[in-house]
Amino acid sequence: MNDLHAAVRKRFGSAESDFALDVAFDAAAGFTILFGASGAGKTTLLDCVSGLAQPDTGRISVGERVLFDSSSRVSVPVAQRRVGYVFQDLALFPHMSVEQNVLYGLKPLPDAEHKQRTSAILRSFRVDHLAQRNAREISGGERQRVALARTLVTDPEVLLLDEPLAALDAPTKAKIINDLRAWNEAHGIPILYVTHSREEVFALGERVLMLDAGRVVAQGTPHQVMTAPRQQTVAQLAGFENIFDATVEAVHPERGTMLCGIVACGIMVGSVASDATSAHGAGAPVLIETPLVRAAVGSKLRVGIRAGDILLAISPPQGLSARNVIPGRITSLEQRDVIVSARVNCGEVIGSVEMEVHLTLAARDSLQLAPGKQVWLVIKTHSCYLMQN
Amino acid sequence: MSIDWQTFALTLELAVTVSLILLLLGLPIAYWLAFSRWRWKFLVEAVVALPIVLPPTVLGFYVLVALGSRSPLGRWWISLTGHTLAFTFAGLVIGSILYSLPFAVQPFAASFSSVDRKLIAASATLGASPWRTFFRVIAPLSVPGLITGTVLSFAHTMGEFGVVLMVGGNIPGVTRTVSIDIYDRVQASDYAGANQTALVLLVLCFVLLALVYGLNRKALAIHPRPTSQR
Repeated sequence: MNDLHAAVRKRFGSAESDFALDVAFDAAAGFTILFGASGAGKTTLLDCVSGLAQPDTGRISVGERVLFDSSSRVSVPVAQRRVGYVFQDLALFPHMSVEQNVLYGLKPLPDAEHKQRTSAILRSFRVDHLAQRNAREISGGERQRVALARTLVTDPEVLLLDEPLAALDAPTKAKIINDLRAWNEAHGIPILYVTHSREEVFALGERVLMLDAGRVVAQGTPHQVMTAPRQQTVAQLAGFENIFDATVEAVHPERGTMLCGIVACGIMVGSVASDATSAHGAGAPVLIETPLVRAAVGSKLRVGIRAGDILLAISPPQGLSARNVIPGRITSLEQRDVIVSARVNCGEVIGSVEMEVHLTLAARDSLQLAPGKQVWLVIKTHSCYLMQN
Repeated sequence: MSIDWQTFALTLELAVTVSLILLLLGLPIAYWLAFSRWRWKFLVEAVVALPIVLPPTVLGFYVLVALGSRSPLGRWWISLTGHTLAFTFAGLVIGSILYSLPFAVQPFAASFSSVDRKLIAASATLGASPWRTFFRVIAPLSVPGLITGTVLSFAHTMGEFGVVLMVGGNIPGVTRTVSIDIYDRVQASDYAGANQTALVLLVLCFVLLALVYGLNRKALAIHPRPTSQR
């Protein structure tokens, strides 16, 4: 097994923005997910590994083979790195057939072997029936499969995938991921997979690197990374409508949970500005149970809860597995297209802890919701995401 | 009153020679202009474009001086062949190449630049050398631009007058092209002959251009192979 080792620094200096990529990591055989917002430096990192971009300093190697080393001035040309790269827009050659695209990267070999390898890879990605078709005439999912086949047929030592499945529907995506897994069971090379989809992180991830503003801010298994306290900016990217200041009140390592007191933090969240700034600190905090993170009692964190993850009941619910049942009163209801956004005040003082909850139109009507109505909010422990303050 | 077919043959020979040489010479220049990141590249671009704005007589004059027996190039040629380059067909070809250079290089470079950079990057990550990338990806996707550049340099050489007059003079069978023949006839008040010659040139050029653009339309619809199965 040849692991990929990369330590890369690259600055993009301009008058308005000063961005620096500064990461170091090892990737063993299998999937390593690069997760982060656009502009976090994911694609730049892939470009550096492939040789399409040049780091300012650093070292990139696969096993014993050095691809780039600024200290000894080594930079292997792109064509000789044996690093497969599937771009987000795939870049199939439009003037060639599917088969010609796949043949393109093969070194001179006897004709029969060419044919055999091409048809084998096309079969393993289920596009062998398209071999003679023009690359422009096939569907999105087929193009994705052909792009993967074209890269994999060259037997790369590292595979870089830049959101190759971003444009596909979920079932197509799942099938392609399965075929890719099957392929890698036989080959076992490091695969760097860029995505900003949480579903893909959990579906693929053996290991996740979370990038933010050019740095690795968290790494580990999907579960560790996605539940670890982390940077505010990443949480906002992932779309939390509700973000609160939290104080750790008690930790229960044996249960994997902890208890936090939450109050409004008065920051801008999404399109809705919390109007609680003036009431900040007023009233007692609302207690909620959250997953356990590495934090001591009394430490200050932030907690994010998606508006779509909260259930709303009009009578005190019983016999639930969800650990958080918080009473409150509806302050406003607002229809946005086919979603109703309800704001519910849960604190003693109006505005101290206000949650946004998303409901369907039918739910609003059948529950006869209206401002002023008493409700109970139901929040699963693992719907509470903790972030570093 | 008769048409001097020899001048037509000579003009065609000149135009074909020049456009073929420009196709070979223009490709590397255009490739460099399209892909180089040298900061002073614009200076080279300006030099390549010069023949578009310079009067042909100015260009012809300097070519004549450069080819003459007093210049190093001229002396080298004389030592090699025993006669000067000026007032020969070879001299005419050199002058015409310089004169038509931008008409070949600019469409070439424009079509190279318009090839999606991602395709070029993909080719490199698939292990292809720059040569292979050029011949398998860049050139095939630039075919319309290559045809346009070659046709333009051909047409431009067909109709050229000033440079030919300065460099080639007016030697029948060697440097007397159609445009000079027409000029001569007008000078000699042979309007009927000038008219006939001009008309033949006009028709000839139209037929050639129509042919090439007709073929170009087919070349634009490149398909690797007819679709056989679904």
